[in-house]
Amino acid sequence: MTWIATLLASIGRTVLGALAAMGRLSIYAGETISHMIRPPIYLKEIGGALLSVGYFSLPVVGLTAFFTGGALALQIYSGGARFNAESVVPQIVAIGMVRELGPVLVGLMIAARVTSSIAAEIATMKVTEQLDALVTLSTHPMKYLTVPRVLAGLVMVPVLVGLGDIIGVFGGYIVGIHSLGFNPAAYLQNTVDFIEARDIVTSLAKGAAFGFIATLMGCYYGMNTSRGAAGVGKATKGAVEAAAVLILAANFLLTNIFFTI
Amino acid sequence: MIELQDVHKSFGPKRVLRGVTLSIPRGSSMVVIGGSGTGKSVLLKCILGLIRHDSGTITLDEEDVTKVERDAFLARFGMLFQGGALFDSLPVWQNVAFRLLRGSLKRPKAEAREIAIEKLRRVGLTADVADLFPAELSGGMQKRVGLARAIAAEPEIIFFDEPTAGLDPIMSGVINDLIREVVTEMGATAMTITHDMTSVRAIADNIAMLHDGVIQWTGPVADMDASGDPYLDQFIHGRAEGPIEAVR
Repeated sequence: MTWIATLLASIGRTVLGALAAMGRLSIYAGETISHMIRPPIYLKEIGGALLSVGYFSLPVVGLTAFFTGGALALQIYSGGARFNAESVVPQIVAIGMVRELGPVLVGLMIAARVTSSIAAEIATMKVTEQLDALVTLSTHPMKYLTVPRVLAGLVMVPVLVGLGDIIGVFGGYIVGIHSLGFNPAAYLQNTVDFIEARDIVTSLAKGAAFGFIATLMGCYYGMNTSRGAAGVGKATKGAVEAAAVLILAANFLLTNIFFTI
Repeated sequence: MIELQDVHKSFGPKRVLRGVTLSIPRGSSMVVIGGSGTGKSVLLKCILGLIRHDSGTITLDEEDVTKVERDAFLARFGMLFQGGALFDSLPVWQNVAFRLLRGSLKRPKAEAREIAIEKLRRVGLTADVADLFPAELSGGMQKRVGLARAIAAEPEIIFFDEPTAGLDPIMSGVINDLIREVVTEMGATAMTITHDMTSVRAIADNIAMLHDGVIQWTGPVADMDASGDPYLDQFIHGRAEGPIEAVR
C-alpha cells in the first residue's frame, strides 16, 4: 500500500505543480494586459521592441517561408503525381502556407529568435539586479520591459505572418514555374482564385496569438529566473520550450475554432 | 527617520531576519556590518519594498512602508547596487539621468543630459564618458556611474550596497570619500551595507552589526572599538576564533 500512496503523492505533486505554474502564468498574462491599457506608456521602448521583434526578424522569417514554400511545391507535385493531381500545386501551396505553415513557422522562428533573446536579456537583468534598480528608479519592470515586448509581438508577428505567407507562396511560384513547368500567369491566377479572405484573417489572427505567446514566455521566464549564469540558461531554455509547445497547442485549438465558425 | 521593529524574513525554512530592530536618524550615516550571508542586503531590500518582510514593521517618518504610495516613496530614495546594476542597453548619461527622462521627475532631454554630466563630474568622471556604454567602463568607473545615478535626483535617503566590493584599496578609498562627501553635502540619510572595515570608519556615523538574524550591537562608530561586544570585536579584528563560527 505504501508504494501506491507514494505513487499517488508523486502524481499529485506533479499535477499541483503544473496547475500552480499555469496559475502563475495566467496571472502574469492578466497583469501584462492590465498594464498595457494603463499609463505610463514607454513609447521609445515600444518603438525599439517593434523594430527588434518585427523588422530584424524579417530576414530569418522570409528565408524560412521562401524555402518552405518551394519545398512544399515539390512535395505536392511529387505526391499529387501518384493520383494525377499535379495541377493542384498552386492551390495547395497557397492554402498550406496561409492557413497553416506560414503562421506556425513564423511563430516557431519567433520563439527561437525573439523568445530566447527576451528571456536571456531579462534574466541577465534580473541576476545583475537591474530589475531591482528599475524599481528603485520608480519604474515598473512590467511596464518598462514586458508591455513593450508583448505589444510588439501582438502587432508585428501578424505582419511577419502576412509577409511570410506572401514569400512562401512566392517560393512555391518560383519552383512551380522554373522546375515544374507551370505557366506563371495560370499559377498566380489559381493562387489568387483559391485563397479566401477568411484564410488570410485566420492566418493573421494566429500570428497575433503566437506573437503574444512567444513574447510573453520570454518575459515570464526571464523575470522568474533563478540565480547565476545557470539560471539564465535555464530560463532561456524553458522559455523557448514553453513558447514552442504553447504555439503548437494554440495552433491546434485555433484551427479547431476556425473550422467550427 | 527610518525605524525597523522586530522585522522577520524567511526564505522557505531559512530564517534570515529573526527580529531586527533598528533606528536610522534623519541626516545620519548608518553602516550595517556583518558576515556574508547574514541578511544585510535582504534587510535593505525589505526597507525599499523589493522584498516583502514576513512580520514586524518598517516605517519611514512614522509611515508604514508597505502602505505608502510607492512612486512618491521611491522618489525619496537613491541606491547604489553592489554590481552597479547599470542598464547595459543605455549609454552612461541615460543611466545617470534615468529618473529625469521619465515619470514624475521628467525633464527635457537636454536638461537631463546636462544634469547627468554635472553628476558625473561630481563623482570624478569627465563628460567624455557620458556617451559610452557601461560595458566599456572599468569596475571603479561603473561604481562611480552608479553613485552618480543614485544622487542624480537629489534623494533624501541613499542606500549603498557593498559600495567597495571588488575594488582595489585605492579605488575603495576614492569611493568611500565620495560617499562621505555627497552624503554630507546633500544632508542625506545614508544606509550602507559592507563588511569592509575601512569603509565603515570612512562612511559611518553609526554602525549596526547584524548577526544570526538580529542586530547584535549598534552605536556610534567612535564607540565601536571599545564596545566590549565579543561578536563585534571578533568581526572588526577579523579573528577566526570567537563566538561567530568561521565556517557558516
